[in-house]
Amino acid sequence: MMMGKINGRYRVLLAGAALSAMVFAGAPAYAETPADTLVEGFAIDDIISMDPGEAFELSTAEMTSNTYDLLVRLDMGDTSKVKGDLAESWTVSDDGLTYTFKLKPGMKFASGNPITAEDVAYSFERVIKLDKSPAFILSQFGLTGDNVTEKAKAADETTFVFTVDKAYAPSFVLNCLTATVGSVVDKKLVLEHIKPVTPSDDYKYDNDFGNEWLKTGYAGSGAYKLREWRANEAVVLERNDNYHGEKAKLARVIYRHMKESSGQRLALESGDIDIARNLEPNDLEAVSKNPDLKTTSAPKGTVYYISLNQKNPTLAKPEVREAFKYLVDYDAIGETLIKGIGEIHQTFLPKGVLGELDENPFKLDVAKAKELLAKAGVAEGFSVTMDVRNTQPVTGIAESFQQSLAEAGVKLEIIPGDGKQTLTKYRARNHDMYIGQWGMDYFDPNSNAETFASNPDNSDEGKVSTLAWRNAWNVPELTEKTKAALLEKDADKRAATYQELQKTILETSPFIIIFQQTEVAGYRGNLKDFKLGPSFDTNFTYTISKE
Amino acid sequence: MAETRTEARRRGARASAVTSAIARFLVIAVTTYLGLLAVTFFIGRVIPIDPVLAIVGDRAPAHVVDRTREEMGLNLPLYQQFFIYVKGALAGEFGTSVLTTNPVMTDIRRAFPATMELATLGTIIGSVIGVPLGVLAAVKRGSIIDQIVRVIGLIGYSVPIFWLGLLALVLFYAKLGWVAYPGRIDITYEYTFTSVTGFFLLDALWQRQWDVFRDVFRHIILPASLLGYFSLAYISRMTRSFMLNELSQEYVVAARAKGLSETRIIWRHALRNAAVPLVTVIALSYAGLLEGSVLTETVFSWPGLGLYITNSLQNADMNAVLGGTIVIGSVFIALNLFSDLLYRTLDPRTRAR
Repeated sequence: MMMGKINGRYRVLLAGAALSAMVFAGAPAYAETPADTLVEGFAIDDIISMDPGEAFELSTAEMTSNTYDLLVRLDMGDTSKVKGDLAESWTVSDDGLTYTFKLKPGMKFASGNPITAEDVAYSFERVIKLDKSPAFILSQFGLTGDNVTEKAKAADETTFVFTVDKAYAPSFVLNCLTATVGSVVDKKLVLEHIKPVTPSDDYKYDNDFGNEWLKTGYAGSGAYKLREWRANEAVVLERNDNYHGEKAKLARVIYRHMKESSGQRLALESGDIDIARNLEPNDLEAVSKNPDLKTTSAPKGTVYYISLNQKNPTLAKPEVREAFKYLVDYDAIGETLIKGIGEIHQTFLPKGVLGELDENPFKLDVAKAKELLAKAGVAEGFSVTMDVRNTQPVTGIAESFQQSLAEAGVKLEIIPGDGKQTLTKYRARNHDMYIGQWGMDYFDPNSNAETFASNPDNSDEGKVSTLAWRNAWNVPELTEKTKAALLEKDADKRAATYQELQKTILETSPFIIIFQQTEVAGYRGNLKDFKLGPSFDTNFTYTISKE
Repeated sequence: MAETRTEARRRGARASAVTSAIARFLVIAVTTYLGLLAVTFFIGRVIPIDPVLAIVGDRAPAHVVDRTREEMGLNLPLYQQFFIYVKGALAGEFGTSVLTTNPVMTDIRRAFPATMELATLGTIIGSVIGVPLGVLAAVKRGSIIDQIVRVIGLIGYSVPIFWLGLLALVLFYAKLGWVAYPGRIDITYEYTFTSVTGFFLLDALWQRQWDVFRDVFRHIILPASLLGYFSLAYISRMTRSFMLNELSQEYVVAARAKGLSETRIIWRHALRNAAVPLVTVIALSYAGLLEGSVLTETVFSWPGLGLYITNSLQNADMNAVLGGTIVIGSVFIALNLFSDLLYRTLDPRTRAR
């Protein structure tokens, strides 16, 4: 079988092939996609479910946000704010516990059923009771299977009342409701497709809330409706003529699963796809030089970092942690390895999020690092390992880091592995160092603050696997401070707290945050109004039209 | 009277020979399957990848991870997990793929025809060109033709197929526009063509949708030719060596002495004898292609079996991997059986025995 060979060497060879492809490329024979159809080449093999209560993958985020509606959405003009989607208006009670949403009148699902507060309540109920991966975004407000029908309920046809357990900052609550897990499903339609389940200790309910059907089915009201998802092949969206907002310009959107950057580029040049979504730097450059094509990019809420496991006594020394931050060649990485796909960013909140702090104080400084290592008592150097996924750009960054560590006398052994393999080891806290990325779960500073700065239980059985926990960084004060920030009602004060947290993390944490990801795409010149959003669930397609 | 008795005895002996052949085949098949499953299962369980990760993702809270692990039965001892799996498999229940959430066999029913269509066309191309080339090389042994065939074969065998694939794409798709890309069919037909069997060429023929047939053909011809080239390399080398062997046999000398034409000797007599082992070679190369060529499928965005199994393996999606293993195992067993049967028609001696 040929399957074992696909990884490391294969990628290198493919890059070589892409180079040769560039040599050969000339004027392509031109095809065209249908005028009312948008065709995107996109690696969609991460999709495992189309149920908005379960889906938590990057490409699914895009599908869900184009096919379902939320109570509130991020304001694309200013992403630190939200605006109404299904909700016309909302009020927060004086004690900060009750949120009352008034729905816009006369809206319909794609099925033709009216959208009511009942549907919103049912959507919350099924998320909490199914308790799949993204459910914590809602359950963190004190919702449980026992109380959800009380805490999230319809007061009348168009009024939805949401009760939270603490007086959280309203910005936090509303930001969380913009996550795709808050998508509103068509209750009547879902009820027609529920499957009976025998209740057990783990799952106390007698039906699956339509989960099995919704994995491939659709019960939404978004600008597009989901027609079909064929795993590893295609996702087909069709315009929803019942949509409550401005109707989509194109009749359908087809995402074709295409894994390889070079293939996407060829198909884009030939006109068989309108948008190529997974272009690597060399292909992107070729696309940007083609007069028929355009490129676009947007910073995304994902940061790449190297982390030091505090179970390793050497790595646990504060001076070593600091020294390592001076041993990353940020400039070289920014100019070569991540050119076009990211920019150097050393704080944990990505740009565009409430409380962002744009400071990059660290530079490569071997002398300073050596001084710090001497202070830590390891002047003679030591050996350490790092688990690295065998994909770019992390492999390149790891190699660059290995070189600069060597200059300071530290011997780094890189342990390459498949993505899921390195992650399994990382989650079990069996690593020395790890290089990975963290994408925001929802568009609120708490998403990253919680993972980088809080660790409620540092035991091996810890129930919350934040990044601080994964690296055994025990920080009770920071955990408290992160928690307190959630209750700060004044948005400016809340932002200030996150800036303080970021400064502390920058100086003392075992995290070397290196860059923020930029998503790029190449597209045909006849597309109008194609834009990538600030997050994976704001890459909207309904604005796009063709000339 | 005596004659009929011997006749009957002979018939009885033949019948019992057939029964025992069938029994032997069944025993071999069952042990093959069990062995295949056991090896795949245990390898799959010791690889250091947590299968729960693929389902719940990296961000899931600990209790969701634990619950899912339990739901999947991953907290049970390995032998129990294996037992449960085999029991299910015997009842025709192969489980659900965690990646696609479909029953594994539904996935494979979709992915396998894609691969089979490609492999069949590839093998036809490989044999139709490879066999004559091999014969030619054997007949003109040591000549410039032999050398050329050798080089063609070597290139096909040693050049990475995805590299060749990309180059071919650049030339025939991007530059010349002779073939279509990506996938199996143009999106224009998304709404007008539904495949019943999963074999697009056959379905298009059956439904008399000639434009669809043309489009599907334009999509399949390049990857099929590449796979064909790949198997051609092997088939032509093997044909050459089988033919050389036959051509040095005494019956060839006898035929020449009898004054038969060289063409007749080569194509009617020698090739006919060489055909017996050649069938096995072609069948095995076909089976190899049926496993799905991951690289070709990746380059051409071909939703086939190779891509499916690789993707599943990388996510420790064991139901899918095991299901794929069973299908591939069946293919090998069936093709072995098929080439055995072909032997009987091609070689009268095996019939008598």
